Amino acid sequence: MTDISAPRPLSFQAMILRLHQYWSERGCAILQPYDMEMGAGTFHPATTLRALGPDTWNAAYVQPCRRPTDGRYGENPNRLQHYYQYQVILKPSPPDLQELYLGSLAAIGVDTGLHDIRFVEDDWESPTLGAWGLGWEVWCDGMEVTQFTYFQQMGGFDMKPVAGELTYGLERLAMYIQNVDNVYDLAFNDAGVSYGDVFLENERQMSTWNFEVADTDALFDLFRKAAAECERSLAAKLPIPAYEQAIKASHTFNLLQARGVISVAERQAYIGRVRDLAKAACAAYMEKNGWAEPLKVPAA
Amino acid sequence: MTDFLLELRSEEIPARMQAKAREDLARLFAAELAKAGLTAAATVTYATPRRLTLILRELPDATQAVSEEVKGPRASAPPQALDGFLRKTGLTREQLTERDGVLYAVTEKPGRATADVLAEAIPAVIRAFPWPKSMRWGDASLSTESLRWVRPLQGIVALLGEQVVPVTIAGIASGAATLGHRFHHPGVITIGSAADYVEKLRACHVIVNQDERAALIRDRAAALAAEAGLVLVEDEGLVAENAGLTEWPVPLLGRFDAEFLSVPPEVIQLTARVNQKYFVCRDGTGKLANAFVCTANIDAHDGGAKIVEGNRKVLAARLSDARFFYDTDLKVPLAEQAKKLDRIVFHEKLGTVADKVERVAKLARWLVEEGVVGTPDLADKAERAGRLAKADLVTGMVGEFPELQGLMGGYYAAAQGEDEAVANAIRDHYKPVGQGDDVPTEPVTVAVALADKLDSLEQFFAIGQAPTGSKDPFALRRSALGVIRLITENNLRYRVPPDLLDFFADRLKVQQREAGVRHDLIDAVFALGGEDDLVRLLARVRALQSFVTTDDGANLLAGYKRAANILKKENFLVAPAQAGAHVSVDQAVPPVAADEGLSYTPERDEVALIAALDAAEPAAAQAIEREDFEGAMAALATLRAPIDAFFDSVIVNDADPQKRSTRLKLLARVRAAVHKVADFSRIEG
Repeated sequence: MTDISAPRPLSFQAMILRLHQYWSERGCAILQPYDMEMGAGTFHPATTLRALGPDTWNAAYVQPCRRPTDGRYGENPNRLQHYYQYQVILKPSPPDLQELYLGSLAAIGVDTGLHDIRFVEDDWESPTLGAWGLGWEVWCDGMEVTQFTYFQQMGGFDMKPVAGELTYGLERLAMYIQNVDNVYDLAFNDAGVSYGDVFLENERQMSTWNFEVADTDALFDLFRKAAAECERSLAAKLPIPAYEQAIKASHTFNLLQARGVISVAERQAYIGRVRDLAKAACAAYMEKNGWAEPLKVPAA
Repeated sequence: MTDFLLELRSEEIPARMQAKAREDLARLFAAELAKAGLTAAATVTYATPRRLTLILRELPDATQAVSEEVKGPRASAPPQALDGFLRKTGLTREQLTERDGVLYAVTEKPGRATADVLAEAIPAVIRAFPWPKSMRWGDASLSTESLRWVRPLQGIVALLGEQVVPVTIAGIASGAATLGHRFHHPGVITIGSAADYVEKLRACHVIVNQDERAALIRDRAAALAAEAGLVLVEDEGLVAENAGLTEWPVPLLGRFDAEFLSVPPEVIQLTARVNQKYFVCRDGTGKLANAFVCTANIDAHDGGAKIVEGNRKVLAARLSDARFFYDTDLKVPLAEQAKKLDRIVFHEKLGTVADKVERVAKLARWLVEEGVVGTPDLADKAERAGRLAKADLVTGMVGEFPELQGLMGGYYAAAQGEDEAVANAIRDHYKPVGQGDDVPTEPVTVAVALADKLDSLEQFFAIGQAPTGSKDPFALRRSALGVIRLITENNLRYRVPPDLLDFFADRLKVQQREAGVRHDLIDAVFALGGEDDLVRLLARVRALQSFVTTDDGANLLAGYKRAANILKKENFLVAPAQAGAHVSVDQAVPPVAADEGLSYTPERDEVALIAALDAAEPAAAQAIEREDFEGAMAALATLRAPIDAFFDSVIVNDADPQKRSTRLKLLARVRAAVHKVADFSRIEG
């Protein structure tokens, strides 16, 4: 017998819709996912680039994240090579950011009278983006459900002003709310579609491709071309296309990692290359908007 | 006399920073008050995740009035000097005070209200606060000069007695209002004074005293385990951390699937502790039980059932990951894993970890074959263990939990049928890691542990990467200390390579000093120099330590000092101290030999001393040869009475140059004999 008096927990898509509604009511521009592969919602230009500069910027969006090395062929109940983050960026960070965040949890059905919500120290750093911030991982009954960060630097620039970033792990949160142990058992909607119906086969095929099939020569070539195109765009003073190419290079590097063809020694060099591209794009963005001195290009 | 209360409320302060923050708050306030001449009768500090609190008891209401006096020129000084002084002080001649013909400018400073002093001290302390990491936030952060705090500062309660001390910093005005527990009592509460602060907050589900929260967690967690028929694995670090993560701690016991107990207990404990901050429990037989204790920050409506269930699931996911790694790793023989070590760079100039492993395996074998460690039949095992020691670095489990290096290799080796001695050596070869860590005693383990550390030391020294000052990026001091403990605690006869000897001597000195050995005794032995056998070196230190506290030792030291002083005064050739066991002091200074003919008739006590030396010298030398340093000291102790008698009745500084020279040589012989054991000139007292 199902308990018809208990409210039915939100489906995956309903949870996203609630978050959109919540953050929309609080003045955020509700954006759509960026149409490029990336490892985290922070890479979306709406965070990385728009966090720079003195202007006010409040946005929320879902971003699909690709982490090729986390693929488990659909066999692990928690790990995926493709999953979703819900990203909120608020600049300047509002004084009641924690309360706003807790309000969003209540909106998706987390009862703070029954569940233990905790802010546990977790400082965030992205060497690839030349970025760092202080904040917490937010725990719900011991599970990390959100990364909560006050950005202090981005692209090597001090934040003026500081932006607050919330990154919700949507699948984890949904598994929690729906009380399921396997991500593929999540109700995607209320019409009988499960997360597995949508993504299980995708995980199997993509894991195989990421780990076994992807053409590594083509990937190496792609990395070089993206890096070169990034530099051409920088020379043409087009920071946004340059940043896109940096994202492309970053994801290509992640694929090469999954194929196991990058040695330990080379790894740092690749990360450094991506960081230089991303930082240069950020610097060009600052310059283009008149927020920073022009980049000093060393004489050839 | 009034109490002062300050509460700095912020977003969640990292648990690990709270204890230091309390100390800093007390210290900085004491310094600010001291500048104004104020002292509190007592200082109390509290920290919770959301507040840092200071209570200063019984502050005076105002600072003392003080009279400041500046000395000026003499009254009779020329007018230019007086004009200069008047300009400097801004006073007129009439306002100066004259005393004993000298002019003084006297300023009376009235006492200041304590509230005013505090109103200046609060912002000063907040701005100077030394958080390990701090941040900017909000609208004000448009400027990089905006206030920095550990996390956004939200409110300030500042009450002197019942009066608000008005301050405004970064847009936050002080007041009497604060907030209770984030979920139990989110509304505003008004504090009356320091006297009701703790209890008002307690009524709003906040235990402000961190020690009280810690005690509650410690006791309740233990009680929950006991109620379940189990024993809590105590962990004070976890107690403090959980106390730093909660304002209203509620320990809860949960169970996890017993099937996970197939994973090594260390793994379960580590993932529970590090990732989840849970305590673990043991059953009656001491084995790890399938139970955990988490600490919630709320009294949930359902008694915590949902919280326990949520935490159980998180732990289950972590343990199933761990079991996956464990099962996967078990399937690959360590010898296969070891082949992958050529992909990991050890150091750019020192090749890969595979190269290091090769060196360690050979060195471990050599240490056994040379008889430094164990018996030669263990050579194959030592080499095998050396070859497999680092293989777990490429396993999934160690990739996930680097702190399990060694331990996992030991588990995998045992499960894959390696010899027990080999598996144990793999497990323990990083030991001893810290000062309190056990020192391995099994020969194969000792061989690999020594080889690993000696290799790192030799290799890094060879490429010029010896530690300098505070820089020790490869933790070579720790490696050296590890070698010292392995050698001395296992009584290994190993000659430290010459290029490492000074470094080891320095480390050993530090270690002995920390162990409480008198530094002058350490110096007395180390001054001999050239000793590369650490066991012998320490035996000498120990013998000296017990000898100098005896009457014989004290008197011999007195006699030695008297002899040495005379020699020094007479500028008699100083014999350099040498390692007694190897170099005869006789080579340095020709002392009076027993058979040296004397041109005069020696006095009775002179003869006696010569005879005593004739007996003591060979006895001491033989004892040293046997490394019986107590024996050597005992032989020297026989000199005590003859030396005393000699000084009582014989005049060294005789008018006859022949007598004088002969007697000085005799004293030099005493000094040389003593120096065979230690450089007594360095001993104090």
